[in-house]
Amino acid sequence: MIALLLRDVRLAIRAGGGFGLSLMFFLILVNLVPFGVGPNNELLSRIAPGILWLGALLACLLSLDRILALDYEDGSLDLLATAPIPLEGVVTMKALAHWITTGLPLTLAAPTLGVLLNLPGSAYGWLAISLLIGTPALSIIGTFGASLTVGLKRGGLLLSLLVLPLYVPTLIYGGEVVRRGAEGASTQTALMMLGGITAGCMALIPFAAAAAIRVGLR
Amino acid sequence: MSTSQVILPWLICITAACLVVGLVWGFFFTQDDFRQGSTVKIIYLHVPSALMAINAWLMMLVASLIWLIRRHHVSALAAKAAAPIGLVMTLIALFTGAIWGKPIWNTYWAPDPRLMSFMFLLFCYVGYIALWEAVDDVDAAADMTSILCLVGSVFALLSRYAFIFWDRGLHQEASLSLDKETNIANEFYYPLLICMAGFVLLFITLVLVRTRTEIRSRRIRALMARERMA
Amino acid sequence: MELRLTDIACARGGMIVLDGVTFALASGQALMLRGPNGIGKTTLLRVIAGLQPAVSGQIDGADEQIAYAGHADGLKATLTVSENLQFWAKIYGTSGIDDAIAAFDLTMLIDRRAHDLSAGQKRRLGLARLLVTGRRIWALDEPTVSLDAISVGLFADAVRAHCAGGGMVLMATHIDLGLQADTLDLTPYKAAAAVETDFDEAFL
Repeated sequence: MIALLLRDVRLAIRAGGGFGLSLMFFLILVNLVPFGVGPNNELLSRIAPGILWLGALLACLLSLDRILALDYEDGSLDLLATAPIPLEGVVTMKALAHWITTGLPLTLAAPTLGVLLNLPGSAYGWLAISLLIGTPALSIIGTFGASLTVGLKRGGLLLSLLVLPLYVPTLIYGGEVVRRGAEGASTQTALMMLGGITAGCMALIPFAAAAAIRVGLR
Repeated sequence: MSTSQVILPWLICITAACLVVGLVWGFFFTQDDFRQGSTVKIIYLHVPSALMAINAWLMMLVASLIWLIRRHHVSALAAKAAAPIGLVMTLIALFTGAIWGKPIWNTYWAPDPRLMSFMFLLFCYVGYIALWEAVDDVDAAADMTSILCLVGSVFALLSRYAFIFWDRGLHQEASLSLDKETNIANEFYYPLLICMAGFVLLFITLVLVRTRTEIRSRRIRALMARERMA
Repeated sequence: MELRLTDIACARGGMIVLDGVTFALASGQALMLRGPNGIGKTTLLRVIAGLQPAVSGQIDGADEQIAYAGHADGLKATLTVSENLQFWAKIYGTSGIDDAIAAFDLTMLIDRRAHDLSAGQKRRLGLARLLVTGRRIWALDEPTVSLDAISVGLFADAVRAHCAGGGMVLMATHIDLGLQADTLDLTPYKAAAAVETDFDEAFL
């Protein structure tokens, strides 16, 4: 299974793999926000936690349809489904590879981008921690969405439609951690809920996703 | 099919009777609320539709489970048939709520947990229906949407608590509860009950009609397939 | 050790295409599935590989034994030939891709990216994957498409060697490989009833 993880990461990093694209998207999106809301530093610093989380979420969404669609098109998914590793493991590894190539870079880049939005000093740590804990959930929920739309011709848009509502709890708790962190309030509950969602998703979603892939390959 | 054939006309009559009695009584034969004026009468549409918006999803959840476990085809079709009805109920609840909110809260929309929950429910219905439409193979579509319904339900619950955590909200507590003390006055209570019964029956009637349509279209498909092979 | 199918019915797109397929494949045996286009060769192979369930019937001896190769080769364009094979070797927990590379004459191409291979070379790489899996039963769907005469010869040799080593080969193909293989024509198993599910039947 480690081989699968390494292959997916390697594929993403090699030319044409799209690695870094979502990071650039995140960067540009965050830079566009001041144009949309006006050059008001105080306002920007108030909405920065939400914008950063929302930006990370959208950047993550952008690359979801690559998780399974490419493997479906070239027949690898058929071969993986008949391979001796369980499909649940395949799903988990694919989500993990997606996280390493999108969620992790986003987490590392977000504090830097916080400067551009005038994020309050006390919030940087919370931003990094909440993204670190929350983005794995985004990847794995996204993998579930990708497995529901596997084999559909125009699955990309439908995928976003299905996945975005499922992102709501993660977004709420993630945004709340940073918001409360910025205000100096207690972040413990939100952080624990965020961790709980990620842990629950990692434990349960692979089964649902694997079931959906089995149906999709039929 | 034969059972529903017999039941359906009666069901339509009872539904119509309940709705007419409940709505007319509610709209014309109750007093105006001392604070809200006649605006309060929107409750006779708002509460029953909100009730059915949630219960339609619950019914789809149960039907999806039956399909996944017992592979009962009618169950999958019933879930498919219920989705658009639930969607419309959600829309009615949202719109009547917005109209009601304007005079009372002085805003059509507020980021309130209950309101957001219903918006979330709306997205769930839209996604569910879109997935049914997107998958060609009928059995595969039924499987996929059932899985989505299960996972979506879990996330709906999660979101509900996340919304409450996120904001305490404007919306009043539930209009009806088993705890009699907090109930609304009897005068509003009885017509509301009849309206709710009417909406439940309306939902059942519509699901029956739509399921019959789905079954017929499956039958047509099967006949055409047989024709082609022969 | 044998693969046995008993009374298999399989469906494609909600229609039963094959019904009552029964055969057994013993160690060292190769079997060619024949039949006109659309008879359900691919569907049957996918059922045997476990990618889709049979409508009815029973398959014995297939669990964790099948190496499936479909129309698509499952190659990653940006990985080299050896990286592609090494990946599958790790997935199947086998070691050594040298035999597979030698058997399909890929030695010269070993550091070439799959993207730069010709169609025939890609197919050879896809077939080389079978040797890497170490599985005993090969289920192959049109394995010789886009192969030239020499490559078909290489493939026939590989099949012969696999059978000699106690393996089994099941393939859907239209061309004659010059193998000592039995042939199963699927035409007699063409399903009479058009409709898959008992549901639709029940409501007719």
